Amino acid sequence: MHARVNGTEHPLPHDSRRTLLDWLREDLGLTGTKKGCDHGQCGACTVLVDGRRINSCLSLAQLHDGDAIETIEAIGSADALAPLQRAFVAHDGFQCGYCTPGQICSATALMSELAEGWASAVTEDIAAAPVVTRAELQERMSGNLCRCGAYSNIIAALEEVIAAEGPLRIDAEASA
Amino acid sequence: MRLPFSDMYNRPDERNLLDRTGQGLIGKPLDRPEGPLKVSGAATYSAEWNLPNCAEGVLVLASIPQGTVREIHADPVLAMPGVMAVIADKAMVRRSAQGTAGKAPAQDVTTVEYFGQPVAVVVAETFEQARDAALALRVDYDPAEKPVPLDPESPQAEVETPSDSKPIEGGDLDAAMREAAFAIDVSYDTPGHASAAMEPHVTIAEWQDDRLILRGSYQMLSHNVKEIADCLSIKPDKVRIIAPYVGGGFGSKLGITHEAVAAAVAAREIGRPVRVVMTRQQVFQTVMRRSETRQRVRLAADAGGRIVGLGHEALVSNLPQEDFAEPVTQATEFLYGGDNRLLKVEVARISRLTAGSVRAPGEAVGMQVLEAAMDELAEAIGMDPIELRKRNLPATVPVEGTPYSSRMLVEALEAGAKAFGWDRRQPTPCQTREGDWWIGHGVASAARVNMMVPAEARVTLNPDGSALVETDQTDIGTGSYAILGQIAGEMLGLPIERVKVELGDTRLPAGAGSGGSFGAISTGSAVMRACEAIRETLAKKLGCEAEELQLKDGVASGGGKQQPIAGLVQEKPLAETGSIKPGKTAKDFSQASYGAFFAEVAVHAFTGETRVRRMTGAFGFGRVLNAKTARSQCLGGMVWGIGSALTEELAFDLRDGHLVNHDLAEYHVPVHADVPAIEVILLEERDAAASPLQAKGVGELGICGAAGAIANAIHNACGVRVRSFPLTLDKLIDQLPDPFAPATAKVA
Amino acid sequence: MKAFTLDHAADAQDALDALGAGATAIAGGTNLVDLMKLQIAAPDRLVSIRRTGLDQIAPDGEGLRIGALVTNADCAADGRVRRDWPLLAQAILAGASPQLRNRATTGGNLCQRTRCGYFYDTTQACNKRAPGTGCGALGGFNRIHAVLGTSDACIATYPGDMAVALLALDAEVLTQGPDGERTIPVGQFHRQPGDDPSRDNTLLPGELITGVRLPAPSGGMQIYRKVRDRASYAFALVSVAADLAMEDGRIARCALAFGSLGTVPWRDRAVEQALVGETPSPALFDKAADVLLRDARGFGENDFKIVLARRALAATLAEATLSNPAKG
Ligand SMILES: Cc1cc2nc3c(=O)[nH]c(=O)nc-3n(C[C@H](O)[C@H](O)[C@H](O)COP(=O)(O)OP(=O)(O)OC[C@H]3O[C@@H](n4cnc5c(N)ncnc54)[C@H](O)[C@@H]3O)c2cc1C
Ligand code: SF4
Ligand code: FES
Ligand code: FES
Repeated sequence: MHARVNGTEHPLPHDSRRTLLDWLREDLGLTGTKKGCDHGQCGACTVLVDGRRINSCLSLAQLHDGDAIETIEAIGSADALAPLQRAFVAHDGFQCGYCTPGQICSATALMSELAEGWASAVTEDIAAAPVVTRAELQERMSGNLCRCGAYSNIIAALEEVIAAEGPLRIDAEASA
Repeated sequence: MRLPFSDMYNRPDERNLLDRTGQGLIGKPLDRPEGPLKVSGAATYSAEWNLPNCAEGVLVLASIPQGTVREIHADPVLAMPGVMAVIADKAMVRRSAQGTAGKAPAQDVTTVEYFGQPVAVVVAETFEQARDAALALRVDYDPAEKPVPLDPESPQAEVETPSDSKPIEGGDLDAAMREAAFAIDVSYDTPGHASAAMEPHVTIAEWQDDRLILRGSYQMLSHNVKEIADCLSIKPDKVRIIAPYVGGGFGSKLGITHEAVAAAVAAREIGRPVRVVMTRQQVFQTVMRRSETRQRVRLAADAGGRIVGLGHEALVSNLPQEDFAEPVTQATEFLYGGDNRLLKVEVARISRLTAGSVRAPGEAVGMQVLEAAMDELAEAIGMDPIELRKRNLPATVPVEGTPYSSRMLVEALEAGAKAFGWDRRQPTPCQTREGDWWIGHGVASAARVNMMVPAEARVTLNPDGSALVETDQTDIGTGSYAILGQIAGEMLGLPIERVKVELGDTRLPAGAGSGGSFGAISTGSAVMRACEAIRETLAKKLGCEAEELQLKDGVASGGGKQQPIAGLVQEKPLAETGSIKPGKTAKDFSQASYGAFFAEVAVHAFTGETRVRRMTGAFGFGRVLNAKTARSQCLGGMVWGIGSALTEELAFDLRDGHLVNHDLAEYHVPVHADVPAIEVILLEERDAAASPLQAKGVGELGICGAAGAIANAIHNACGVRVRSFPLTLDKLIDQLPDPFAPATAKVA
Repeated sequence: MKAFTLDHAADAQDALDALGAGATAIAGGTNLVDLMKLQIAAPDRLVSIRRTGLDQIAPDGEGLRIGALVTNADCAADGRVRRDWPLLAQAILAGASPQLRNRATTGGNLCQRTRCGYFYDTTQACNKRAPGTGCGALGGFNRIHAVLGTSDACIATYPGDMAVALLALDAEVLTQGPDGERTIPVGQFHRQPGDDPSRDNTLLPGELITGVRLPAPSGGMQIYRKVRDRASYAFALVSVAADLAMEDGRIARCALAFGSLGTVPWRDRAVEQALVGETPSPALFDKAADVLLRDARGFGENDFKIVLARRALAATLAEATLSNPAKG
């Protein structure tokens, strides 16, 4: 049993109890993914599995045979930051930094969910493609707690990247 | 090198040095230098050090409120795969050390003082093995014969006046209340709060012969070294702590706690490094809580809205003998006038995890209640709440007569009101309805005492013209890396890229630590003084007076001479250690940071759900060192204010004292969707009494009163005044106006 | 988490074989792993049913069949669901977080266990977790607990959102077990506690949920209103699912289900009967609430839910019937 992590195949752990999170952190040394609660309640452990964001703390590693997993380490490194990471730095979208990799992984997936037209709990017309408002971004990031309270800076970073990268447009009116 | 001043900060430093230096770094909204590491997951937090052969420890918590451990059934657990040890050492701690304690908290885990207190640690090869073994461990207890009450309101609870908090009395408050044109006498309560820093408490302990190295998540390393050494009865110089990145603390990591001692003891016992990470549930149950409070506020005002009497009395709680008592009235002492006063805090002795500092101890809950009561007074008088506040700012601190070092409260109220659009607020409640939502606006003052604590830092100017700042100061998200570099760069005339900052290692000079908003000003002042000493040397080498010396972009000039700084240093680096200690300025002046909060809320007409729609905060806290990180501190505080106003509450079961909502699913800290765009206005100010930097603390100011503004906005929206925080919908719903009542109200 | 073996079922039969041999199914694991870490659940054998092929959404006559392994995210993103059963999409999106919904499945969501704090704490008495130990929530901190369908043994709610919408939509749970296939109306899937709170639902030992069937779309006005303590990422205090149609100013048809109000997703036909054929008005909504709450009983901290349910129902009906005179 193997999973591909950040482009490299790794054998899955022997202990069936080991979560995806602990496997990444303890066995693969990928400590960018954080453990804040270990119970799906904070989002610090968010990683991408086949492009979708999940809480790695609630997933057993052995359930990921054949999966492609991406962690913060794959999104960009300190000397080659991705646009979202740069925006987080510029907007001070973090303080202690502990929730940050989870926020960034989450935001990365959020952009593809929007591109696929997924609705959210605050989407006015659930059958229609969502309009990117501030409320949409807030709702879609709500699975990631930040006790330092960097929320508005995180949303600002996200708005900047979405506006720059397109094709999604921030609806300025609806955001106001 | 002799400087023209002592370590003690006895006289306000009025030289305005940082306004005369030329590098232009101070106050600039520079990015955090460690940002790229944090956003890429490359910053190493305490659990993430990869030590060979490291074993895993998991704490076991008591399942009774009080008593003694009769027997620990270790054998079956020791037979489990991978399990190496079950430890309940006398050195292990029952309570957490309070901030700056510098000595061991209550030790010996054979006595249980509260439900959820650690009683043992189980050590195994892997985390999974240790976790299973910890859950399997059977512990027998003898219940306490004379248990302490579980409820602070219990008549059996002993109530004391805390040793360090004498009541403040002046005049005759009762008479003032009787005779006043307007009198408000209200009782509010606030629940317990958890710091809930996102990084759980963790320690990796490693012994190298008789020396102990801890990699752990703590806020105040130089104190923590003493605490751990005292717990283990070893010399502090045998302990080294490494903590370059701390995933939030908010008070909960000021003093060492259970996992640190458990890891150290276990590592000694098994002869291998041991890591103990607390589970989230354990962090909630056993580290530190903010006490719940019951507060009585009395406000007596004359016909012109001048406060003539002010009472603020609070009941808080803590374990027996614990010195800390939530200093609820701390800001009330100096904020508003009224010569007839009574300010008093009492502490009920109960069985619950240690109460201690949680972000802005005192003001966080004291200010939100005082400011809600002020709103009630404004309403009673029929006066604009901003006007009421402005009218009641005393010239000197009531009773004591101490002068204020500086106070930007009026400016903050005015700047905030303008930016927020306060003039469009409806003074009477239930005037604005948007769809199913009542809209309302509220204001509150912000105030938080300013503190300086002893700090040291070393600055080294290298022959290549780069500088290194070293201190054991931590950066818990507060921006220490950024601002200490900025101060050094400014003082030494170096571009920020030429300054490196190393933090969080007790081999470095002892900084202030992160707590009480004092880290930046105390350690920052130490950095400044080290740089001043270096400047003296540079001036000498250049051949000019220190006052004449200009340093900019790596070039020194003065007395008509000019030379690259690197050239002046020559082959040997210039290293100086700066230090500062609080001195007379701390007593001669009332020092505090001030501000104002403005909130717009929507209250659902049917369900009472409350959403904060926008918020403005304006703050004056002396010199702004970095506008970006300072703004973030304010933002973060206001988010805490939202939590304190609307959702956060520790729920204890009064039958056995256990904490019911001990996780992040049921203890509700605000999420993204709860937090609107927040506007922060930073006011320019210099406060020389506060520090040589002329800066004051900002890390906690953003919470001190914020929840009051929200409570006031809720009242303005729907007319309901709830005197029990958090203002959850269940407390509003019975009193809301009829949602179907014909729309007499103005519709926005 | 106690040690366990983990097998991977390749298809439904494989899964059934394992369940028959005593294994516990794991789908997304977002509830089961949570509980296993705390040893509230301690299975010694797990079978992963993720790759059993039950992850398709397919037309079923005029209705829709949603496989048990369809993730909550995929279900809520499906164009057909969003267009014809918007109530279901809304309810799913109101629950948990995007990360959890990407993992959580239709079957697992139906089977999720209560969030009662005493159930979640092995130091506490709980008849659901440890039959016969008593109920810690009675007389304890029971703010999130049920006011309908309770018993002396247990007052915990089923906490989920999706099932509430399914109940209002007259959906059915499809199962396969040792004795063949069953079709269980959602209203009969969850069990009130009675004197055996340990069983949350009517699934038989060895039975596997294969999917959920939605009947033909109603074409009505569909609203899911979830009231909770924070704006997102929180369980409901009370939720209301409504599917309602108006004709000539009167309520022609209506289906109403309530979440976190009762011990199970709650639907009471008498409430609907009180509304059908009537002209919407605040008085009518009040009458419907009287019917809904006639047997409601609070336990102290959760008394407010009785008022809240009344007002949440009124808000939902006012919105669905466009009949709130006060609304701007
Ligand atoms: C922090 C947090 C917040 C949450 N908030 C919400 C919320 O607001 N609203 C909400 O509705 N939910 C919420 N949830 C719950 C979440 O929706 C459930 O955990 C999820 O739906 C369970 O699905 P799963 O596939 O992960 O189930 P699993 O954890 O895999 O399984 C749960 C149970 O179902 C059984 N099971 C699973 N599939 C089948 C099958 N096909 N046949 C038979 N038995 C099966 C398993 O044996 C197990 O007993 C929250 C969860 C968390 C952790
Ligand atoms: S309400 Fe039910 S789940 Fe909660 S403690 Fe009582 S028996 Fe257990
Ligand atoms: S660690 Fe996974 S959600 Fe908190
Ligand atoms: S940056 Fe500290 S928790 Fe988000």
